[in-house]
Amino acid sequence: MHLHRYEKIWIIFGTGALLAFLIILGIGAFYQGSQPPSCMVTIDPQNVQAHEAFKEENLGLNQVGENEYVVNILASAFNYDLGKDENGAPVKTIRIPAGAKVTFQATTSDVIHGFELAGTNVNMMLEPGYISEYETTMDNPGTYTLICNEYCGTGHHLMYATVEVYEE
Amino acid sequence: MMNHSTASKPADQGLLARKAGLPAKDAKLSMAHMYVAFISLLIGGLMGLLQVLVRTGKMTLPFGIDYYQVLTVHGVILALVLTTFFIIGFQYALMSKTVGMSDGERKWAWISFYVMLIGTVVTAVMILLGKANVLYTFYAPLQAHPLFYIGLALVVVGSWIAVFVNLHQFFKWKKQHRGEVSPLLAFMVAINMIIWFISTLGVAATVVIQLIPWSLGLVDEINVLVSRTLFWYFGHPLVYFWLLPAYMAWYAIIPKIIGGKIFSDSLARLAFIMFLLFSIPVGFHHQLLEPGIDPFWKYIQVVLTFAVAIPSLLTAFSMFATFESAGRAKGYTGLFGFMRGLPWKDVRFFAPFVGMLAFVPAGAGGLINASHQLNQVVHNTIWVTGHFHLTLATTVILTFFGISYWLIPVLTGRKLNAHINRLGIIQTIVWSIGMFIMSGAMHIAGLLGAPRRSSYSEYGGSEQAMEWIGYQYAQAIGGSILFIGILLMVYIFVYMTFFAPKGQEEFPMAETAEDALPTPMVFENWKLWIGLAVALILFAYTIPFIDIIQNSPPGSPPFKWPIGYN
Ligand SMILES: [Cu+2]
Repeated sequence: MHLHRYEKIWIIFGTGALLAFLIILGIGAFYQGSQPPSCMVTIDPQNVQAHEAFKEENLGLNQVGENEYVVNILASAFNYDLGKDENGAPVKTIRIPAGAKVTFQATTSDVIHGFELAGTNVNMMLEPGYISEYETTMDNPGTYTLICNEYCGTGHHLMYATVEVYEE
Repeated sequence: MMNHSTASKPADQGLLARKAGLPAKDAKLSMAHMYVAFISLLIGGLMGLLQVLVRTGKMTLPFGIDYYQVLTVHGVILALVLTTFFIIGFQYALMSKTVGMSDGERKWAWISFYVMLIGTVVTAVMILLGKANVLYTFYAPLQAHPLFYIGLALVVVGSWIAVFVNLHQFFKWKKQHRGEVSPLLAFMVAINMIIWFISTLGVAATVVIQLIPWSLGLVDEINVLVSRTLFWYFGHPLVYFWLLPAYMAWYAIIPKIIGGKIFSDSLARLAFIMFLLFSIPVGFHHQLLEPGIDPFWKYIQVVLTFAVAIPSLLTAFSMFATFESAGRAKGYTGLFGFMRGLPWKDVRFFAPFVGMLAFVPAGAGGLINASHQLNQVVHNTIWVTGHFHLTLATTVILTFFGISYWLIPVLTGRKLNAHINRLGIIQTIVWSIGMFIMSGAMHIAGLLGAPRRSSYSEYGGSEQAMEWIGYQYAQAIGGSILFIGILLMVYIFVYMTFFAPKGQEEFPMAETAEDALPTPMVFENWKLWIGLAVALILFAYTIPFIDIIQNSPPGSPPFKWPIGYN
């Protein structure tokens, strides 16, 4: 098939640009380990409490190292369960020191939910039967809203919590 | 086409229609689809208006109507009903014009139409009764009334009948014309219908095998990830099923309108074959943030997604080459001087041209969304909504409007007159302004983290949410302007159907440039292309799909109460 000279230049340039993008994405994914959240751990969606992380007492913020935290979250329509405070009231805000390494570990006990910490790169789908996990370092102090960004029913827009990153 | 002659006598109409455009029976068939499409436009547009108004926080819906019910209607009726009916109706017109339609084929085409219409009505009734507030993606384990899924299945089955009618027309022509290259537009319709058939197998599988038995209570649980994967196996080629009819018009109709020729028949076919190959094995780029899918296979499908950008790059080149040769043939010189040779005041050109322009940022946004890691920033934010309001609701829909300005008169035996031409240009401008504001605000708010598919919420007075609400006002302004555009378009449709002067509107079909080289026969090797398409699908999906099934967690029971359906 004959191609016009300008057309060849255009295709080579276009395809070359796409290839360059793909190589950058590939290096990021396989060399630097920056993959999208793809946790493969499964769980019984009708009995999530059978998993250590989602037992009532383990929900919410857990310090696991000097500057390392694990946050366990159980999502359900239309709430993020972050455990209870000393008074037995549901925790709605989690406070993390700036610079800490944080692993968010979440699942859902009913339908599909979103898990987006607005203003950060923390963003993943929560699907019944799977644990979703994302590890990050919270460098910038501020107040971030955790929102459900996948439609989960008529109260979807009322599903949120707060994460505060404070300067030490 | 602007100066209409005196109206002809009705008795002349049959003859006129045959000479000018289509046999009357085929015109009637095509027109039936157009009625459904434009009624859908009005209803779906009104729902869109309600959404942007609710999201300012200044208005609530009356009569206990739920925001998500309105959102479900908006998505189903615009993304599924309007598109499918317009495309199938348009494709019948193209096939009738290029390869003809037999009485038997027409009978089946009508059966297809009624099956799809019944399916649409059944689905619509369930949504209106509030038993299906599941949005147009109907993700399990939210569960709607069984009739919602059965209605959708009927729409798909009806569309399959249309697939077989079009392919029967096409291959019958080929049998009668051995060794000849098929008409370009018929070739394009055949490709689009093959893509549609292969991809709808996925959504049909989840609806018929999983969702219907589960909603009827025949099985207790559903495999959620399998259902989503089958849905997205369909969900991305779906957008190409919308886009390809626009490309048909760009490649083979616009050149005629601007007084030029098709730049290269071969290049057009090459682009369409690449869509057949690469538009299907890419569904994972909608599932990048999901657990349970190996990131290696996500990346493989990201690579294939980028490959499907290449035929769009080819198309961009072809379009501008066509514009340039047409402009230069009219004697306009200079690097960009040829642009002055284009018929800017002809709405049949102007509307699709604006659609093409919108595809530049829309395509770039698409690459961002498909980028393995960048997706993380925008996934399920309202950026994505902004994105497909540029692709589907600007590029595709403005091209469909551009087609309507000549197709509706051809079908009704009337003429596009100066009045409608002028209104059409105003409509295009109104649409562009409205969409620039609405889609722009959605893109920015999305980058700030605002979620998609969400009713008005202050998220407990969060500072971030306060920032988003300003953009929601902008979306309401843009959306209101767009609604004016919809009212204008519906008026134009009604006028062209019932009131425009009788006459013989041209069915614009371009010829290939004389100096273009002959089309290689390899493009007519259907076994090869379909075989390759299937091979790529098997490559991209087999291993991860087996993985998903082997590592499945226990299934999910139905959830009805979250959607307010008890
Ligand atoms: Cu939710």
